[in-house]
This record gives sequence, structure tokens and C-alpha cells, in this order.
Amino acid sequence: MAIIEVKNLVKKYGSFTALNGVNLEVNQGEIYGFIGPNGAGKTTTIRVLLGILKATAGQATIFGMDAWKDAVEIHKRVAYVPGEVNLWPNLTGGEVIDLFVKLRGANNNKRRREELIERFDLDPSKKCRTYSKGNRQKVALIAAFASDADLYILDEPTSGLDPLMERVFQEYVMEAKEEGKSIFLSSHILSEVERLCDKVSIIRNGKIIESGSLEELRHLTRTSVVLDTKELISDLDKLKGVHNLEKKGNSLYFYVDSEQLDEVMKYISKFGIVKLEVAPPTLEELFMRHYKGDGGEL
Amino acid sequence: MYKDLYINTGKLVRFIMRRDRIRISIWIISIIVFTVLIASILPDLYATGADRQIMAETMKNPAITVMLGPGYGLDNYTDGAMMAHFMLLFSAIATGIMGILFATRHTREDEEEGRIEMIRSLPVGPLSPLTASFLYIVLANIVISLAVGFALYPLGLQDMDLNGCLLYGTSLGAIGIFFAALTGLFAQLTSNTRATIGYSFGFLILSYIVRGIGDVENEALSLISPLGLILRTQVFVNNYWWPVLLTLGISIVIFAASLYLNSIRDLEAGFIPTRPGKRNASGFLLSPLGLSLRLQRTTIISWMVGMFILGLSYGSILGDLEGFLDTSGIIQQMIPEAEGLSLTERFMTMLMTILSILGTIPPLMFVLKLTSEEKKNRTEVLLSKAVSRNQVLGSYTLIAILAVPIIQFMSILGLGCAAVVVMDDAISFNTFLKAGFVHIPAMWIMVGLAVLLIGYLPQHSNLTWVYLGYAFFVVYLGDMLQLPDWLNNLSPYGHIPEVPIEEINIAKILLLVLIAIVLIIAGFIGYKKRDIQG
Repeated sequence: MAIIEVKNLVKKYGSFTALNGVNLEVNQGEIYGFIGPNGAGKTTTIRVLLGILKATAGQATIFGMDAWKDAVEIHKRVAYVPGEVNLWPNLTGGEVIDLFVKLRGANNNKRRREELIERFDLDPSKKCRTYSKGNRQKVALIAAFASDADLYILDEPTSGLDPLMERVFQEYVMEAKEEGKSIFLSSHILSEVERLCDKVSIIRNGKIIESGSLEELRHLTRTSVVLDTKELISDLDKLKGVHNLEKKGNSLYFYVDSEQLDEVMKYISKFGIVKLEVAPPTLEELFMRHYKGDGGEL
Repeated sequence: MYKDLYINTGKLVRFIMRRDRIRISIWIISIIVFTVLIASILPDLYATGADRQIMAETMKNPAITVMLGPGYGLDNYTDGAMMAHFMLLFSAIATGIMGILFATRHTREDEEEGRIEMIRSLPVGPLSPLTASFLYIVLANIVISLAVGFALYPLGLQDMDLNGCLLYGTSLGAIGIFFAALTGLFAQLTSNTRATIGYSFGFLILSYIVRGIGDVENEALSLISPLGLILRTQVFVNNYWWPVLLTLGISIVIFAASLYLNSIRDLEAGFIPTRPGKRNASGFLLSPLGLSLRLQRTTIISWMVGMFILGLSYGSILGDLEGFLDTSGIIQQMIPEAEGLSLTERFMTMLMTILSILGTIPPLMFVLKLTSEEKKNRTEVLLSKAVSRNQVLGSYTLIAILAVPIIQFMSILGLGCAAVVVMDDAISFNTFLKAGFVHIPAMWIMVGLAVLLIGYLPQHSNLTWVYLGYAFFVVYLGDMLQLPDWLNNLSPYGHIPEVPIEEINIAKILLLVLIAIVLIIAGFIGYKKRDIQG
């Protein structure tokens, strides 16, 4: 069942086009990664989903309801953590957590709240003005996970957290997934997306340029290979599907197009393999390729 | 070591000028143009010596003294004396406000937004940012001083020689510098922008009130107020320079104190410590309305107390006014006594309008708070919960609408309490209440205008303040400058009957209320349709 459905979403500010036909589909129980460079339109997409910005054209629905018109109804079942958490300087963290949970219309589950506060190691009696970026983020995260939502929309939620807290965050995300909840996660921390997400969309210049499961995305790309052989390999770079060949010491470093892997393996095995390391491309490599070039080389 | 404390201050001054080039120019040009404009129409309004002498007689009125400052040179009331009397206090308050706003902007606000941190990470002395902001405001005020002086002099008005004109300009500049220095000090003591602005404006208002009471009751009291002190220059009559020099001297001492405090405190810290707060929210907080009430709790209470004190201080002169009106022949000729009404009651209506306009400031602040919430992305956070836009705008609007009668009641209460004490033949509280509450529809229209702007043009919602300033100006100086009636009718306060002199026209009042309602509804419609910025 589709929880979030976005079709041909366009958002213009005057002559500037922030979103140029975005399509997304997040299904129930999925953790959906949303990545892209700064200014690509991630936050704009999220704000349209939250009914804070009005789409110029296209459709955005959550739980089958219109994101703009039925915002209040939708938000009863959504928990949101913004990338830049701005809180009221003269309220305490504890007060803000209670406020957020209450305004979502949920009941305050005291035990859950205390557990989260302890796990995230937050002092809720401090005024928000004294909190660092990471601590403000914790307040928003605690409020989000303390509420019993069906969909979590998280916009770079861990950008200010330390690695320990990041792990706590990931545990709660996995827990939510196990309970059948859906998570829409925009992030720059690619290792995190890689670890958590079932599906990923890459957005650039207001357009989704790649979408699918990590497996599918990897399939489209190259595998990295490190190779030592007994005999000197000649003409490897003439082979179809071999790229970026480099020699460092005794080892050869190169990339192979996934569909040519079989051919290449057959060829190199003739030279007596001493050492062979084959690694799927990391999301980072994927990401870099998409962002730096025009994406057409895929 | 010593020179490192202030290194690169000059570059920072230039940088601030670059940032502010439009903002500060608007302020400086407005002040100059306004001064020259008034100075050039004044001689035509009171052309003959006899006209001016009648005005001089009016100026002895304690109510006028409270508003404009003490009269001097009244025996031979020249253009110069009149100009200074009408305009000096008013313009000095304007430069004072300018000083507060610009000083806050470049001290605590820059610090709170983390900009000072960026600057301090560069090869810049620890005291350079504060020094640069102060120098910048000093420069702006020197420009005002000289420009006003040299612009007034060529008009060649009676008794306005170059020395006097420059003194007039410098008096304005000195007040601007004083309040900038003071704000710089509050910026060290408090730890956030709102508190800095709040304390600084509080001090400005207090200076005005202390001066008002002092001018009527006790000369020495006026001298402790910077506004009272600057009026002792007696520009264009005696041209004393010592109040200007004293003001500047005190400003330098205050600035030195703020430099010291700046040097001993940590970045982004203040001296007023933050206490640990509650771990849990009270039930009261847990709704959009509760939240906005809670956020503005201190502001609301301070304004209620403040308006009561303002009412009290205006009321404290009613006794003197009574005595003055009984003895002043000219005034009695000028204003024929209406049936069953004392002259004091007639003056009271004007006081009431002024109190109502000042009383509109807090409700406007309460509703316009929403635009700053939006800018800081906090509205976004609220709307991401199960909270509708009507609820968000509604809670801020409701507070403003309810604040109008409450604030109005507080100033009336002050006025009434003082009247009972100081007047022989006290005006009944009922009369005060009617005269005050009749202004409520006009105040609601101002709130409505703010809501309308929030709905459609949030980035220009500050225009409401400009309009309120206009309304204030028309009432405050309109009679003396003999402004045509239509200018007064452009302000909602111009359509309010002067109770008890005029009858209350129910239809007209209802029409004003209706306009306010239409403005508010239109604002809500706009707010529902537009993007939330941030």
C-alpha cells in the first residue's frame, strides 16, 4: 500500500523552478532514502508533503489524502523532524516534547518519553536557548518517536548527532519499521542510508534522476576490483566494460560494468590470480557519479 | 596586547555600513526631511506675533508640557522657540529609537544569530565588533547632527542662527548616541535580542514618563531623564550646550562599561543567569493558544503594568491642568465651555486618543509575533503537527483582540486613579471608561490590518507600525500644525467620537467594527492559501 504518492510535482517561485516533476512512491513498512546535493529540492519536497508549501502543479498524497487540503488530518498520523530545528528559546526541552506530542493529538506515553530521554541522553529541564544543534535535534527526535505515528518524515535528522546517538537513532528507526511503520528519510550521511533504507531516490535540480532499491541501483553501476596476478596482464584496458585502470605496486585497480563482470572474470583467470577483491559500489560512489557528471554515463 | 583588542575595527565599521546602507539612509533622510518640512511650514501657520503669543499661552498648559516638554522663551515666542518646543522631544525620541534598533541589530542580534562568532573567528579583536557597532551609530548620528543643522540654517527662520541650528541637530544626535550606548550595555547584560530591545525601549519610555512628570512637578526630576536633560538646551532661545556635552559624556561612560562587561563575559552569554526549567509542560501550554500565551506571557504582563503607569502619569497632571484652565483667560476664550463639561474633560479626550494609540502597540506586537515565528521556522514545526492554519493565526489574533480592551482598561484605570487623587472636581471613572472604550474599534482595525498583511504580505507586515506612527503624529501635532481634517480621517482614530464632547454614533462604531472583522477574515483567507516561509 502506498503511503506517500507524489506525481509530477512542480513547485515554482516566480521564474525559478525548485521542483520540476518529482515522482515518488513510499509503501507501507518501507524505509525510503531521499538523497541529493544541497539545493536539489529535498526540503522543498518535504515541505510540500507537509502542506506548508502549495504545489504549483502535480499531486502529493499521504495516506491517500491531499497533502495541502487535508494537512491537519494527515498530520495526526505523521511525525516530522526538520533539518534545522528551531525551538522557542524560553521553553525547556521537556516542555517542547510534551507540546509536540500533544499537538499531534497523541496521548503522552510517560514511560516511552522517559526511556527516549534517557537513551538520547537529553537534559529536558534546560531552556532551548542553551541547547546545541545536536540537542535541539534530540528534542525533535524524542518528540517524533514518543508519538505513535504511522509515517515518519525525517529531514537530515542526524546531521548534528554524535556517532553514539546516531546509532540510537538507527535503532529506533528499525524498531518503527518492524512495527510496520513507514519512514521517509532525507539524509546526507550515505552510510546511514545504505544501512537503513530499502529504497532510495536521488534528486538533482528538482528532478528525481534515479530511484529503486539499493540492489537495483548497484546493478546499474560498476563493481570495483583489486587484482594481483602471477603473470602480467596485457590489454586489460582494451576489454569491454573495464574502466579507470590504475597500477599501484603489484596491484591493479579498476572498475567493471556489472553486465561485463562475467567476461572480465573469465579473461583474468587465465593469468593466475594471487589476490582478488571485488566490492559492490558504495552508495557514495553512486552518488558522486550522479552528482559530478551529467549522469549520462550510466 | 592592547592594540589587538580593537584590531580591524575600521574594516568592521565599513562592513556594517555596507550591510545597512539602505536601512540607515532611510532613517537619516526621513529625520532630515521631516525636520525641514515642519520648519518650513511653521512660520506660515503662526505668521504674526499675536498668533504666536496665543500659542505661547496654550503652551503653559500642563497637558502640553507633559507631551512636548516645558515652554521657554514664552514671553517672546519666536519661530525658533516654537520649532524647538514642537519638534525637539519628538525628533529626539525618533533618533533614540533609531539608536536602539541599530545597536541591537549589530550587537546582541548578530551574536544570537551566530554572526559575531563568524566574525570573531577572523583576525578581529575581541572588542572590535562592539566598538565597530558603536562607532557606526556615532557616525550616523554625526551625519544627522550636521545635516539637520546645516539644512535648518538656510531657512533663515527668526532666532534660528547657525549655532542654534547646529545645537538642535546635535541634541538629536546626542540622544541617538546615548540610546545606542545604553542598548550596547543591555546587550551585554541580557542574553537574547528580545530582552535587549525590551529593556532599552522600557528605559526610553521610562525616560519619557519621568521627564513628563518632572517638567510639570519638579525640574530636578527631569534632569535624571536623558530626554528631560536634552530639552534643557533651550535651543533657539538660550542655546545651552552643556546638556549635549553631558549626554555625550555619560554615553561614553556607559559605552566603556559595556566594553568592560564584553571583555569579561563569554560569547553568547549574559549576566542574567538562566535557571533550570520544568521537565514537563503544564496542561495550560499544550495548545496553540496556550503556547502563544506562554511565549508572550512576560510581554503581556509588562505592557499591562506599563500602560497602567502611563495612564497614572498622564492622570497626575490633571490637577495642574484644572488649575491652569481656571486661570488662563486666553484658553477660556479659545474654547467655549460646552454645556455641563469642564475644560479638563475636553483635554482628556485628546489624552485618551494618545493613550489609545500607544495602547495599540502591545496588541500589534502580540499578533505580529507570528511573523517572527514564521521567519524562524517555528510556524513550520507547529503546522507539521495536527494543527490547522486557522488555529495558529487564530490564537495570535485572539490574544491581540482580547488585549485591546484589557490594555485600554489598564490605562484608564491609571488615569482614573490619578484623577481621584489630584483633581478637586474629579472626572467620574465612568466618563473615562466611555471615552477610552470608544476607541476600541479603531484599535481592532489596526489589529485587522496586521492580520491582513500577515495573510498576504508577511514580509511587509511592519507597515502596520508605519501606519500607527502616522496616526500618532496626526493626533499629537495635527492641531498645532493645523493639518487639514482629511489627514486625520486617514487614520481610524480620526473617526472615533470625542466622548464626552461628541455623541456616540452607534452606526459609525458598528461600521468600524465591521471593517475590522472584514480585514481579519480576509487575512485568514490569505493565510490559508499562501506558502509558509522560513
